[in-house]
Amino acid sequence: MINEKRYVRELAQSKQRTIPLAFVVTLIFILLLMRLLYLQIIKVDDYRARSENNRLRFLPVAASRGALMDRNGTVLVNNRPSFSLTIIPQEVKDVELMIDRLSVLLKLDRSDITERWKKAKGRARYYPVVIAVNLSRDQVEIVEENKLSLPGVEISIKPVREYAFQTSAAHLLGYIGEISDKELEDKAYSNYNLADYVGKNGIEKAWESELHGNDGGRQLEVDSRGRVLRVLAETTPTVGNSIVLTIDSRLQRIAEQAFGEKAGSAVVMDVTNGEVLAFVSSPTFDPSLFAGRIPTDIWNKYLDDKRHPLENKALTGQYPPGSTFKIVTALAGLEAGIINENTTIVDPGYYELGNRRFRDWKPGGHGVVNLKKSLKESCDTYYYQLGEKLGVDRIAQMANQFHLGKEMGIGLQHEKKGLIPTSEWKMKRFGQKWFIGETLPVAIGQGYVLTTPVQLASMVATVANEGTIYRPRLVKKIVDPDGKLIKELSPEILGTTNISHASFKKVKQGMYAVVNEPGGTGANARLWDVKVAGKTGTSQVVKLGEDRKRAVAYQHKDHGLFVAFAPFDKPEIAVAVVVEHGGGGGAVAAPIAGRIIRTYFDLKKPALIKDKEKKTVEDDEEDTEAESKADETKKRSSSQQGDE
Amino acid sequence: MIDRRLVTNFDWALIALVIGICLIGVLNIYSASAVYSMSGTPYYIKQLNWMAFGLLISLIVASLDYHILEDFSYWFYALLIILLIAVLLIGKRSLGATRWLNLGFFSVQPSELLKIVIIITFARYFNNYHAIGGLTLKDMLFPLTLLALPVILIMKQPDLGTATLVILIALSMSFYIGFRWSTVFSFALITVPLAWFTWAVYMKPYQKNRVLDFINPERSRLGSGYHIIQSKIAVGSGGFWGKGYVKGTQSQLRFLPEQHTDFAFSVFAEEWGFLGTLILIMIYLSLILWGLNIARRCNDRLGGLLAVGVTTMLFWHIVINIGMVIGLFPVVGVPLPFFSYGGTSMITSMVGVGILQSISMRRFMF
Repeated sequence: MINEKRYVRELAQSKQRTIPLAFVVTLIFILLLMRLLYLQIIKVDDYRARSENNRLRFLPVAASRGALMDRNGTVLVNNRPSFSLTIIPQEVKDVELMIDRLSVLLKLDRSDITERWKKAKGRARYYPVVIAVNLSRDQVEIVEENKLSLPGVEISIKPVREYAFQTSAAHLLGYIGEISDKELEDKAYSNYNLADYVGKNGIEKAWESELHGNDGGRQLEVDSRGRVLRVLAETTPTVGNSIVLTIDSRLQRIAEQAFGEKAGSAVVMDVTNGEVLAFVSSPTFDPSLFAGRIPTDIWNKYLDDKRHPLENKALTGQYPPGSTFKIVTALAGLEAGIINENTTIVDPGYYELGNRRFRDWKPGGHGVVNLKKSLKESCDTYYYQLGEKLGVDRIAQMANQFHLGKEMGIGLQHEKKGLIPTSEWKMKRFGQKWFIGETLPVAIGQGYVLTTPVQLASMVATVANEGTIYRPRLVKKIVDPDGKLIKELSPEILGTTNISHASFKKVKQGMYAVVNEPGGTGANARLWDVKVAGKTGTSQVVKLGEDRKRAVAYQHKDHGLFVAFAPFDKPEIAVAVVVEHGGGGGAVAAPIAGRIIRTYFDLKKPALIKDKEKKTVEDDEEDTEAESKADETKKRSSSQQGDE
Repeated sequence: MIDRRLVTNFDWALIALVIGICLIGVLNIYSASAVYSMSGTPYYIKQLNWMAFGLLISLIVASLDYHILEDFSYWFYALLIILLIAVLLIGKRSLGATRWLNLGFFSVQPSELLKIVIIITFARYFNNYHAIGGLTLKDMLFPLTLLALPVILIMKQPDLGTATLVILIALSMSFYIGFRWSTVFSFALITVPLAWFTWAVYMKPYQKNRVLDFINPERSRLGSGYHIIQSKIAVGSGGFWGKGYVKGTQSQLRFLPEQHTDFAFSVFAEEWGFLGTLILIMIYLSLILWGLNIARRCNDRLGGLLAVGVTTMLFWHIVINIGMVIGLFPVVGVPLPFFSYGGTSMITSMVGVGILQSISMRRFMF
């Protein structure tokens, strides 16, 4: 009985304990609910974003790049399809094995493929990895034939640059290449992806943002393994805008041909607005090679060539202007009132300063020399004595008025600014005061003086238009893919000189004599129907003294220069030609300038265009080229008739 | 043959709650496995079969007087220890653990049976043990030994989830008998320093790391940490209304691990939102409180013990599973009763429900 009583009491106590148990249970369930409330109601936005992030992927589709055209609308650079080999990782079971098979099948370098594959590692598995570019038609066919046994391998078509005139204007146009790791880190390229193509040089680089267009893309839904389930949204890429250049491609090509094998540069400018009509750096290179991996032998050939084909000489080549600089010295003398057109000196063939003798290029001297004769025959002695009277700083002031020694801001990379020495400059640079003996070479464009072909062309243009310095411009306008104008670039005036009309006139008359009068050094640029005015220059690379006539190594030969404008009465174009290590300017540079000016005026005459073009085509180009160009010519002549 | 009173006292509420959860579970498994590409019977059909089979077993168990369990309890216990040893010796290994025992025509998971067996064993022991004024530490010595033997064996498999559950069930049943306060204090006095000593002196850094990863899975972004993050994203992104049935992106795109079994609740939470989880948890709470009510109504100590054992077994499963998928508890492979796909879990739970039914039906007999 006692046991039973105890049993009942204990049971009752135990039964009571279900009440706290129920409390604990309820409390814990409330805890779970509070946690769910927190996750599902308070943090819902955060988790919803993360779940969207889980399932959505973006696959960019590259936009087609805009074209480059010349001032007449002739397409210089456009796109052609190029075939690349891609692997979609999620669809290939054994990638190493697949790479082995592909390299054997298509005779591709295995290490190249592996390198590209490794670079793409860690990316999403649905993202196609480009493992080879620029496949040939044969290789594409092999892949298509073996399609069934190559799951996950695809041929993708990517537009690559096609250069209508191969190497022509390569330095100006530039080239594109795969985006580098360094560029990818750059903020300016934040919208770009691995394996995208970007402008690396020239106009292609400078106008990248216009040319590139807007990449499109596809929004994909993927599962936890990154497999694509469906396409949720798609935006089509928009083609980049086209750039219409200021150059005339016909003039450009003829100017390039005029150089032949010679190294050098020619810049042709419209004196009325600064538009660059031709922008030559010779020899040139093949920009299409830079899109892919450039073959080592060609790369080495470019590097070993002592004429430096990869260098943009028009912009980065700094040359002593030689006697072409006498234009500046003469103007400085006229403006300072030290000389006038009647001032004469007697030239014995040298000028003596203290006990130093400065030689004229002509051993016997030029006799009695006035301003006109000094330009015509390029008398050094005349400018030695003028330079001594002016002093270096007054020469520099005049040069600076022409924007020499400063960047012209043409809008391409690596522009050089040349050098116009002053006494202050020398003190800063060398900590020495200026010696009068150093002024004399400066007066004839030697010594420390350095200019670029672009600066020389601009200088002559300013002389021709008598005082307006236009910024040299390479781009005329930007048009959209349909040819609709987006932006027209207007002439930009960098400054004006305060040189009198009379002074300009006197110098210009001298320049006219250089080309057109007996004894002129620039006779090689003379044309029968257009009055050309110019100035020759021969700049020493090394001082050779009496031994100048001896045969010297290529890199020690003089540079030949010629600057000119035409027509004399109503100037339209200015030309600067530099022939590197070519010898005398009158002999090597003047004929090139002559041919350029000749071509410019020929191209203005509609009737003559066809003949001229045909001749050029037959002479220098391949047959396939001929057809396309004949078409262009037809188009152009019809449009020109419309203009008139 | 069957007492009429048994039929009139049949606990419809209990069976209704269980069937309700089962059906929501089947619905959910259909969605969770909708993206599985598999041949043969789909999971939700199989689960329906298991449910029917489970209900049948539960009715059979319910029809038996639970007092016969007392007679067999130690036999069950001995048999189970043998089975657990057999698992360690000749068990089938899968997923890094040895849990299954192949008996020729079918496989059993003895650790699953242990949950029921420990309930019966403890009920039998405490039914005949009279601790006046509550259990002392000395009183706990024998039951803890009874518990320790199988727990050590299943830790060897290793099956941490079941070990934890069995300990929690045993402690809950002991609570029903009642502890003395001194027992609670001295227990704390022994275990806390012991745990600290193990941690500070005995464990090597990599072991500590493993324990830390276990306690806080988000420490490791890969492995179990990744699963918990994905599960929380699923639950959280469900919001209040949910993404809609078979429209959960986390589940349909398979960002969830084992989404038809251990993470079934995440799928449900994503597709039905807070509204759905609130209702489901209320049903579960009702079931647990009903189970405790059965224990309270029972005028028999054995029945009370069994009812508390079964109810807390279900309770700890629910708490550990949901706690795990919402990132409150460590990742242990514990299914959600009646809701996760799986025959073993269904049968164990249904046997438990059978015992509860048996007790509830006979409440007026004592």
